[in-house]
Amino acid sequence: MSTPKPTLETTFAGIKCMNPFWLASAPPTNCGEQVMRAFDAGWGGAVWKTIGAPITNVSSRYSSIDWDGHRMMGLNNIELISDRPTEVNLREIAEVKRRYPKNIVIASLMVESKRETWHEIVQRAEDAGADGLELNFGCPHGMSERGMGSAVGQVPEYCEQITSWVKEKARTPVIVKLTPNISDIRMPARAAKRAGADALSAINTINSITGINLDNFQPNPNVDGKSSHGGYCGPAVKPIALNMVQQVQSDPAAALPLSGIGGIGTWRDAAEFILLGCGNVQVCTAVMHYGYRIIEDMQDGLLAWMAEKGFTTIDDFRGLSLPNVTDWKYLNLNYKIVARIHEDLCIGCQLCYTACWDGAHQCIHLDRTAPAPDTTRTPAMVEATSAQRISTTPIPKLDSGGAAHSSAITPLERIPRVDEEHCVGCNLCALVCPVENCITMEQINNGLPPQNWDERTSAGLVPEGAREVMNTNG
Amino acid sequence: MSQRASYRQQFSPAPEIAAKFGDIHPPLGSQAATVEANRCLYCFDAPCTAACPTHIDVPRFIKKIASGNLAGSARTILDANILGASCSRACPVNVLCEGSCVMHRYNKQPIQIGRLQQFAMDSFHASGNPLPFEPGEETGRSVALIGAGPASLACAAELRRRGIRATIHDARPLPGGLNTYGIAEYKLTLADSLHEIDLLAQLGVEFRFETPVDAALLAQLESTHDAIFLGIGLGGIHQLGVAGEQLAGVTNALDLIAGYKSGLITTSPARVAVVGAGNTAIDAAIASVRLGAVEVHMIYRRGAEHMSAFSFEYEHAKQEGVNFFWHVQPTAIRGTGSVESLQLTRLAPTTDGSLILEPGSEFTLPIDLVVLAIGQGTHTTFLPNGSGSATIQLERGRIVIDRVSGQTSNPKYFAGGDCTNGGREVVDAVADGKRAGIGIAAWLEGNHVHA
Repeated sequence: MSTPKPTLETTFAGIKCMNPFWLASAPPTNCGEQVMRAFDAGWGGAVWKTIGAPITNVSSRYSSIDWDGHRMMGLNNIELISDRPTEVNLREIAEVKRRYPKNIVIASLMVESKRETWHEIVQRAEDAGADGLELNFGCPHGMSERGMGSAVGQVPEYCEQITSWVKEKARTPVIVKLTPNISDIRMPARAAKRAGADALSAINTINSITGINLDNFQPNPNVDGKSSHGGYCGPAVKPIALNMVQQVQSDPAAALPLSGIGGIGTWRDAAEFILLGCGNVQVCTAVMHYGYRIIEDMQDGLLAWMAEKGFTTIDDFRGLSLPNVTDWKYLNLNYKIVARIHEDLCIGCQLCYTACWDGAHQCIHLDRTAPAPDTTRTPAMVEATSAQRISTTPIPKLDSGGAAHSSAITPLERIPRVDEEHCVGCNLCALVCPVENCITMEQINNGLPPQNWDERTSAGLVPEGAREVMNTNG
Repeated sequence: MSQRASYRQQFSPAPEIAAKFGDIHPPLGSQAATVEANRCLYCFDAPCTAACPTHIDVPRFIKKIASGNLAGSARTILDANILGASCSRACPVNVLCEGSCVMHRYNKQPIQIGRLQQFAMDSFHASGNPLPFEPGEETGRSVALIGAGPASLACAAELRRRGIRATIHDARPLPGGLNTYGIAEYKLTLADSLHEIDLLAQLGVEFRFETPVDAALLAQLESTHDAIFLGIGLGGIHQLGVAGEQLAGVTNALDLIAGYKSGLITTSPARVAVVGAGNTAIDAAIASVRLGAVEVHMIYRRGAEHMSAFSFEYEHAKQEGVNFFWHVQPTAIRGTGSVESLQLTRLAPTTDGSLILEPGSEFTLPIDLVVLAIGQGTHTTFLPNGSGSATIQLERGRIVIDRVSGQTSNPKYFAGGDCTNGGREVVDAVADGKRAGIGIAAWLEGNHVHA
């Protein structure tokens, strides 16, 4: 029996699209020529770089932070909305739609907070042929100082007011783009929903200062010696975005079709956003880093994963993980796991050892070759022993009979041991281990039935406080 | 501290040598070094550090490269190994730090520790900064060091950092011993060795060059210093003991290497035979190729599996076009006035593993230069050999020391390097010298660490 071939076709808020991969409103969607090349590469849709009030941009505009030699873990920008005339943008939207009728073009809009101004821009965008509208209530820099962008998104009343003005006029679906620069993202989401929004998109960029130049003490991106807080995006923001997506989608008063945004660069990222309830995803930073061509593997990889999991459509797995995110008080306190180090895979780096001692609960020990388990030997004692060891260069002629060490096998004394009785199952060792599957977290059957904090406290079993602290020096 | 021109100013390398012995270690660029440094896992109690005889904290200096703290990186290296620059070039890293890297068991590519160390030290030297250490407060104590090789240099640095005067005596005109005169130029140039020692002199180490130490001078030094450190290395290269060995055109590997490094030798005769198969023999063979020899043969009594050279050195020699004769022994050197040919006889193994000459198997190679590299003798006749505690105990020609403190059987004498270990690497000599420097200081403070 074979399952039908998976398809990436989706319908998002009534908008039918060949795949769930849209370009976010940003530099990659600045003009018609770019958007058409993106469609040629395979992008299903594009949210046009925000059209609206006339602006002037500064130079420079972007800055980033690198991590461990990898470039652009996080990207920051102080670029404003489109600096091209509205007529030019609308004319190009019309041209793109004429030449690429199957691809989706969404007009991102941002104008001053007047009903007539919003009505006018909605009318013009739809007349140009936009398949939908995205209201930019998220931009955190520059425009917000003029009462637009995140200045709207941060005040649920403004958000609701403007959305309702747009809905009065709009014939196409209205997507409200939310800012993460707020304590509870559900509030503007609920406001948008109350005003009749058809969909949401989240998250916009996060307020940030990416760094200070240590030679001249000036911040980045540098504009004549000064900078301004900018919008942070890229791989670094994905966990924040996922959390906000889950917050919105788990709230019945806020949940709407949601276009997921924030650090998406691969099909894996996309699958995670969809599993938390997103109907499609928008991508920017990864394209700014590597170009439109990344869409090929995003489609290819997602289809392969869907086939492997037996999913035929995006809807088959959309939101599947939402029920698995809950409040802490509902977590099973009787679930017990411990770390297992697979010595056939261990390379002897001992990062788990130092992490457990300094960053966790002192449950990993270097006593595999000791006569008996030794939980009292501290990292400093281990290093002191090594410092006293006399090493010499192995010279075959001088060392005949000496055991030549094989670099292919990890010496037993370098393979750490987990004290399973005291292991709290925190995961840290497995997280720092550089070798895949070398440390696995294994469930221990403690014979106890599931019980969460709620159940435990309502049964009157209030715990006595902190766990016993190991005294390694006594 | 003596006022003098730097050794580098006293010496300018021969341009033809520089052209023929280009650096075997291409330097890492700044960005390449950062990428490589970031690849390091930062192991706890790292095996690379344990494998290094001087225990350089390898992950620490590598992560300082990654963070852009190049001065700190160099200080980390120099703190453990005052000859960190030359060791980064001369060390057989694939049997030391890189050989023990856990990456062999991860993605099979060890961190390029040697090149990273070279990057940190090159950056330090390029900065023009002085050594990041000050001499210790003067204690009034003084130590005479015999031999200006790596062991004495490392020992002297430790002594100076502890406020003990250090005066190094050497028979040669330049300091550094084998570091200066004996390491293949494509690994470490003579000029770079001297530059490194210049920095050492900032600690106030004093030098007495062209001062061979005999028994009389040694006795005088013993009476005027609080302790003696012997970093005398090994003696001359063994003789073959065959006819014709006195002919012109018979030399030894150390003289050949020292000769071309100091610019006295700039070309090679056409046909060269190097007798021996150790690392020095390989250096001499490759040098002959670079100096223009047409044929270079290495002559060894046993097979490739028994050669004492590291396998990567053997591979290097093959790549340079060196030819190998296995299981043969030179039985005569022929020529009138100078060498014309080398007579070789095949060797057959016996049941007990020893080798015997195969009668009738003699053959002759036309040869212009014979280079002997069949091991070094010892040079210990000038040492005190009286009775009791004055004796310096020897074993198989090596000076016996306590490995931790470097102290000999005569408590006032300490030793380290090749004269104690039979001939290892620069880094082993540095480690010995460092331990002895600490050992001497402890002993002088009345803390007699020797059992």
